[in-house]
Amino acid sequence: MKILLTICLICVPAFAQQIGNPTTQYGVTPPRGVFAIRNARIVTVSGADIENGTVVIRDGKIEAVGANVNVPAGAQSIDGRGLSVYPGMIDAGTNMGLVEVPQGANGTVDTSEVGELNPNAKAITAVNPHSAHIAVTRVEGITNALTAPTGGLISGQAALINLLGTAPKEMAVVSQFALVINYPRIAGGGGGGFGGFQQPVNLSERLANNERQVQQIRKMLRDADAYGRAQDAYAKDKTLPRPDRNVVLEPLVPYVRGEQPVIFRADREAEIRGALRFADEMKLKPIILGGNDAWKVASLLKEKNVPVILTGIFTLPSREDDPYDALYENPAKLQQAGVRFCISTGDPGAEVRNLAQYAGMAAAFGLSKADAVKSVTLYPAQILNVGDRLGSIEAGKMANLVVTDGDLLEIRTRIRYLFIDGRPVVLSSRHTELNDAFKNRK
Amino acid sequence: MKNLLLLFVVVLVGSVVKAQTVSPSETLIRNATVLTITRGTLTNTDVLIRNGKIAAVGKNLNASANARIIDATGKFVMPGIIDCHSHSMLDATNEGSLAVTSMVRTEDVLNPTDGDLYRALAGGVTTLNLLHGSANPIGGLNSVVKIKYGRPASEFLFPGAMPGIKFALGENVKRSSAPNQPGVTRRYPNTRMGVEEVIRDAFTRARDYKRTWDEYRAASVKDKNLISPKRDLQLEPLVEILEGRRYVHAHCYIASEILMLINLADEFGFKIKTFQHVLEGYKVAKEIAAHGAGASIFADSWGYKIEAYDAIPYTAAIMTRAGVVVSMNSDSDERARRLNIEAAKAMHWGDLTEEQALKLITLNPAIQLGIQERVGSIEAGKDADVAIWNGHPFSVYSRVDTTFIDGTVFFDRQQDLARRGELAKERARLEQADPNKPPAQGQSPQLPRRRPRSHEDGEFIEEERP
Repeated sequence: MKILLTICLICVPAFAQQIGNPTTQYGVTPPRGVFAIRNARIVTVSGADIENGTVVIRDGKIEAVGANVNVPAGAQSIDGRGLSVYPGMIDAGTNMGLVEVPQGANGTVDTSEVGELNPNAKAITAVNPHSAHIAVTRVEGITNALTAPTGGLISGQAALINLLGTAPKEMAVVSQFALVINYPRIAGGGGGGFGGFQQPVNLSERLANNERQVQQIRKMLRDADAYGRAQDAYAKDKTLPRPDRNVVLEPLVPYVRGEQPVIFRADREAEIRGALRFADEMKLKPIILGGNDAWKVASLLKEKNVPVILTGIFTLPSREDDPYDALYENPAKLQQAGVRFCISTGDPGAEVRNLAQYAGMAAAFGLSKADAVKSVTLYPAQILNVGDRLGSIEAGKMANLVVTDGDLLEIRTRIRYLFIDGRPVVLSSRHTELNDAFKNRK
Repeated sequence: MKNLLLLFVVVLVGSVVKAQTVSPSETLIRNATVLTITRGTLTNTDVLIRNGKIAAVGKNLNASANARIIDATGKFVMPGIIDCHSHSMLDATNEGSLAVTSMVRTEDVLNPTDGDLYRALAGGVTTLNLLHGSANPIGGLNSVVKIKYGRPASEFLFPGAMPGIKFALGENVKRSSAPNQPGVTRRYPNTRMGVEEVIRDAFTRARDYKRTWDEYRAASVKDKNLISPKRDLQLEPLVEILEGRRYVHAHCYIASEILMLINLADEFGFKIKTFQHVLEGYKVAKEIAAHGAGASIFADSWGYKIEAYDAIPYTAAIMTRAGVVVSMNSDSDERARRLNIEAAKAMHWGDLTEEQALKLITLNPAIQLGIQERVGSIEAGKDADVAIWNGHPFSVYSRVDTTFIDGTVFFDRQQDLARRGELAKERARLEQADPNKPPAQGQSPQLPRRRPRSHEDGEFIEEERP
């Protein structure tokens, strides 16, 4: 491996030591500092590309970006000639850090609580900062993930994290970003498994069951609304009977009041429409997660201004007569219809590192290359309500930056430097270590 | 309600979505960048296809008057992709009731109407190695097919491909994720020790069986009245392995089980043609190379179960450097559509050259299936199994325009787009048809049969049979 670090204005050894600190991948957070990436192509995403410019990072933030930016005295400098700087990518549909080995190692799985209604299951509580998935993912240029619980009807609360940190608290960008609801699907039949086929279903029974499940969610959200009003009333008038605190209902209050978003997992047209109706009825602030059929519901999504986190770019079309490229084209169709969307792997953790290829495939099928980059940077940042902090290279934003030797989405491109929260991150992982250990075995 | 209805028409409409097969006897692809695999990358080059074969590769070629001419300026031509591990078009994947099922054949369960075949064609794939699942130490026999979607199953079979068989080691064979059920004895084997013993036992029996037949054949030259030994359909394929007439494709994960099978094969005097998946192959690359086995791997799948936790995406590069013939497979109808991306990953993570990486999905799998004289590169005389891409196939922004098998178009994007309106109309008509009307209150609709499509290596029966 060639030495990636080149110029360092004042203290070459100190900088090299920091970048090369082998303990970093085990989750010991490297220090912030003042850094300047010079003479690089800068893809700001929010504005025009800067063909030859400088990005200055100070104390975790982007201090300055532009063609004529001075490098501050004392800054550690990176020669960016021939390199490109992008904002870090964001995957808004993962279970990062909640599961290590999904099959055959239940002890490492913390995605799904017992029971149907678990609004108080908070992803940030269980995120494992030392999961091998985290370093494996970030060295491919993904700096942030929304990590969400998956179980039951109300799964819990999702957290937006930096993929760096020794403790969940250090990683958290927004610890309780959204409530996650699995919008009930009308199951198509049981059986299956390998070699199995779907069994006949009783449709009326399925529909009734579906309505029962929706009603379960509705009841809990209404209870939470009533709970919130009772607490408010008591806060204003202490002569009222004091309502008991309830740790399950309490976290739901900002969601039922529409102050924070509710993520609905919904792929099929019926589920997406159902989730939109339900959100209207309950006056929620919905986001659709999944969205395989979103292209069929585009005008309604546009009308309701509901964003979609698309996780199915690499999913086979669900119907045999769907066009072969139905899901590759989904982003382009939503873009044309004016629907807000972003692209996610929808993967628990291990494959999140391939996020760039999901966006690239969308660009192969109609999305512009610039929009494809936005779909994994600025768009997810905006949908996750952190458009002012992440997703583009602008002064004042968090310094989550990726320096590449080429087009961010191209498969052969390699990451040269990585900054998360303004901290230089060593580009090693469990995989680079195993490679180093075995590649020269004679 | 409407959506459920849509589901019901799938079976009817599905049969309509098939490739248009246009086949003039001659096609000239003009002015392309040709990724020949064996002779480098040729720019501004023509490929002439005649009677199903590549007739010539060169500049300014001439075609006869009624040839189909394709202007491929700015486009790339590469050999059809060969997927060395697929379960597509199989109506059954695992005969999981016994530990040794060398008597069953995938050839008996081919479903040529599987819609995912068309999607693979749209990803530039032309040949599949259809393998039995991984439930058994010794599984069933494979089928190598060309994806002649729209034709009968018999026309899919790749003539002259070496017969093969699936072996499997590790968690799937041990049935690690099958729950213990009260009163039900677990199937033997339950450990990697038992797996070795099952294979050893089978080959011991096969060696005796072979000797019995060899002795009979020798003796029957002199005495025509000798009664032949009884045939054993389980052992016959194993004898073919011992005689080098059948390739072993062995599913495996961890280093120790890979070495176990190498040792066992060496002892019995046969070869493993490919280790499939072989996630820890990078740890024992030199032993794999010394045995002469190939490796057919995932680009970067890892961590989905314990035996996959040490997988790394540098495997292709490490094994290639050690002299192993490596291919990149899908084991999934989904991933089969983008094997070009998977192969390119070997340049991202492993420093392979472009030519080495291209071989992972063309010539190398052809070698692993014994069809390298027919396919896997663009050379005069080889089968005209090629795809035209609108950009370099290793660019994430590229897609397939046209896929040929034996010179016939089996996928064409422009034709596909042109037919979508017609299909939408047909669908609307079918939705109004009687069988697709909603069922009466309380009645159950007929749902289409659906084969599980993504195996992700969990390819063994999750449910116990009743």
